[in-house]
Amino acid sequence: MKVSKQEYSEMTKQASHNTKSYFTIPMAFLIGGLICVLGQALIFLYQYWGMSSEKAASFASITLVLLSALATGFGIYDKLAKHAGAGTLVPITGFANAVVSPALEFKSEGLILGLGAKLFTIAGPVIVYGVAASVLYGLIYFFFL
Amino acid sequence: MSKKLGRSTIQMENAPVIRASAAVVGKKEGEGPLKEEFDLINNDTSFNQETWEKAESEMVREAVQTALQKASITSNDVEFIFGGDLLNQCIGSTYGLRDFRIPFVGMYGACSTMAESLAMASIFVDNHLANNAVAVTSSHFCSAERQFRFPLEYGGQRPPTAQWTATASGAAIVGTEEVSGINVYVRSVCMGTIEDLGITDANNMGAAMAPAAASTIKTFLEDSKTKPSDYDLILSGDLGQVGRDLLLELLLKENISISQQHNDCGLLLYDLESQDVHAGGSGCGCSASVLCSHILRRMRAGELNEVLFMATGALMSPTSVQQGESIPGIAHLVHLSTRKGGI
Repeated sequence: MKVSKQEYSEMTKQASHNTKSYFTIPMAFLIGGLICVLGQALIFLYQYWGMSSEKAASFASITLVLLSALATGFGIYDKLAKHAGAGTLVPITGFANAVVSPALEFKSEGLILGLGAKLFTIAGPVIVYGVAASVLYGLIYFFFL
Repeated sequence: MSKKLGRSTIQMENAPVIRASAAVVGKKEGEGPLKEEFDLINNDTSFNQETWEKAESEMVREAVQTALQKASITSNDVEFIFGGDLLNQCIGSTYGLRDFRIPFVGMYGACSTMAESLAMASIFVDNHLANNAVAVTSSHFCSAERQFRFPLEYGGQRPPTAQWTATASGAAIVGTEEVSGINVYVRSVCMGTIEDLGITDANNMGAAMAPAAASTIKTFLEDSKTKPSDYDLILSGDLGQVGRDLLLELLLKENISISQQHNDCGLLLYDLESQDVHAGGSGCGCSASVLCSHILRRMRAGELNEVLFMATGALMSPTSVQQGESIPGIAHLVHLSTRKGGI
């Protein structure tokens, strides 16, 4: 072939259509925002039922995780995520989906080496670096603040 | 005996016949533009099996079984079977074929495996090593996703350049004995070289494979001293929209124009817009099922006479992609014709 790697890289860029961000970004904002509205509504509801605001926030998170896990199990969450993108990835519901979906997928390889071992294949890095970042922040807080 | 032409082409001496073929597909493929052409459509894609891997094997078994029935022969009449798939250690093929008790040659050329298997089966038949040989490949969307990408229910987005792994299997029986009506002969095969123009995006397989496709077509035309207009159809395996555009552009730079003759199995298998497959179909089963249904039927009906079937493969693994390696491509070509000689 007469084409160099640089030339081909340019040709590929020309031929490959990008994501339509004028459409996907508003969709992410809308659906992600609606999930947050639902979370806020749950907080108000739990407060209305007499919980403290801290407890109500925790229960709202737990409820969202439950709803996301159920939606994943019923095969709804991935369909919603197809349109929402980061809108369903960033909220806590995305994390629940990232744990429940491998659990469903890899149960065919058994409870230990399948479900157990692969449960955190997607969420694992978030936990690892989340914990590492919080330790780092804790040290900074302890020594300097 | 088969004869070597030029750098990479092997010309058949006796032009083996494709005696019969069968295509088995899943639900989505069965709703596509070729739905009327498949031998079997499974409507829940599980093929009544407990796991996706078993489903893929069942699909392979059904494809071979159906092809044998259509050729009115049994597994005892087949000397060799050449087959492969995308799963680790090719378990889609091995578990699907184990009960046939036919000497098995496992093949791997990623999505190019159907052309590779068909080429090997033809070479064996042409050189009197077999009276009947089977070429079969498969891919299953669900087993491929869990091995190469994410769990099915994971809420991720696919970029527009991504392709959809077909749930499909195709089997072709290559033999010496002609069938009634119009016969489809394997005239020559061209084995491709591994080409790599530095694509690292695993969501753009079409771009990774297009250079190999261009190289194989160019080499074959030189070896066979023919030109694109000698053929009714130049059919690539699963380049999809992006790969197709790049293939045409790459060949134009070599002063070869195939835009009149070219089509792609990945573009034929689905309706790109309504079936949400982004750049098109892919997988070993994509080219195999389109060839073994739509294309061979059209040839037998006299609608197509000279066809270049060229399946394309991306020779990467999830490990090599994670390590930042570029994705090499390969393309093997089989010249199918309704005429035994001449062009």
